[in-house]
Amino acid sequence: MKYKDYYKTLGVERSASAADIKKAYRKLAHKFHPDISKEANAKEKFQEVGEAYETLKDAEKRAAYDELGSAYQPGQDFRPPPDWGKAHGDGQTAFDEMDLADLFASLSGKQRGGRAHGAPFPIPGQDFEVAAEITLEQAAQGMEFDVNLAVPEPGADGYMRRVPRSFKARIAKGASEGQRLRLPGKGGKGLSGGRDGDLYLLIHLLPHPLFRATGHDLYVDLPLAPWEAALGATVEVPTLHGAVHLKVPAGTRSGQKLRLAKRGLPHPREGTGDLYAVAQIALPAELSEHERKLYQQLADGSTFDPRSHFKEAVK
Amino acid sequence: MRIDITETSEVIWLNEHHAFSLTEFVALSGLSVAELQHLVDCDALSPVMTVDPAAVEPAASGGAADVRFGADCLALARAASRLRNDFDLDANGLTLALRLLDRIRELEAELHDMRAQLPRAAR
Repeated sequence: MKYKDYYKTLGVERSASAADIKKAYRKLAHKFHPDISKEANAKEKFQEVGEAYETLKDAEKRAAYDELGSAYQPGQDFRPPPDWGKAHGDGQTAFDEMDLADLFASLSGKQRGGRAHGAPFPIPGQDFEVAAEITLEQAAQGMEFDVNLAVPEPGADGYMRRVPRSFKARIAKGASEGQRLRLPGKGGKGLSGGRDGDLYLLIHLLPHPLFRATGHDLYVDLPLAPWEAALGATVEVPTLHGAVHLKVPAGTRSGQKLRLAKRGLPHPREGTGDLYAVAQIALPAELSEHERKLYQQLADGSTFDPRSHFKEAVK
Repeated sequence: MRIDITETSEVIWLNEHHAFSLTEFVALSGLSVAELQHLVDCDALSPVMTVDPAAVEPAASGGAADVRFGADCLALARAASRLRNDFDLDANGLTLALRLLDRIRELEAELHDMRAQLPRAAR
């Protein structure tokens, strides 16, 4: 079993009062709560803080934790003293493969007296949320997502232990950024007749080198030469299902969106989003002498003033 | 250590096409019926009706038994429930948290949409 220094996690002394522990937890919870925090690894940090608080806020659990001693470093392998096992367990349990959080969860007042599987009332299993990072192509076509979890389950001795579970989740076509999927019963095991927890998948679309998704619509930059934008042209535009030809009308301005209907991501039930090609007037990094002469000729002969509205606005 | 390799799992999309009964929503969100009622009364959460209310006799409808909540609200309700647990929020604090979370979600979605429309060079 790996040692965790719950006092260090909360940033308090071992002699801290219950009020100080609560205050420290609140401060860290405000900083790392995953529903409100933008800190990196907020979820993991909040989990550590919550685990420490769950044990230290309970006087009995805190006393049991203190009895483990303080001679260990965080992450160090350790084994509770034999007397500790007799005082807080059946004296027979091997704690080697247990997680400290699961050990103290097993000591919970709710589960005492026969412990986890002997709880006097139903306890629902723990829900889990997992980010499913998929590509745009996978979102468009559907895919099977491999889920690997370590789920707390009661062993024969009543103590909770992490059990690895793996299964496949079929994500049908039509997922979009932020979409959540529920897999009933795929979370932690319910105890004493409680329902099994659920697994929630949160879809994150991986960045694509060309396309940007918003809902089921896609956007792609469409670089155009100045003469293509001015005179109109038929150009090749990539889509998720291969290139198509797009007629760019004469006089297309930079930033103008040209819609390619039903070339976006499919909706889960029916219909498909659109693809928008966003026109960008592109110039060569360097003009050849011939090109420069042609542009000069155009500049000399044109009466176009792209900043005429400046003058009108300050009249 | 035991490793379960199971068949492809049942997947429920949490979107506007799916709704939960009041009992299901309470169990899945972690909110109580009283808290949900408070959220509905404050217009912080809107239930959906899957049956035409006009077509149901009041006595037969059983009142709240016909109330259903859209599955797309579940993530928000679960987040509010977590915040209530972790910060000991009362009913008013819970309502405020849910409203703010919803507002943040809207603004983040708007920001995401606008960024997607910007040319890559300008992002």
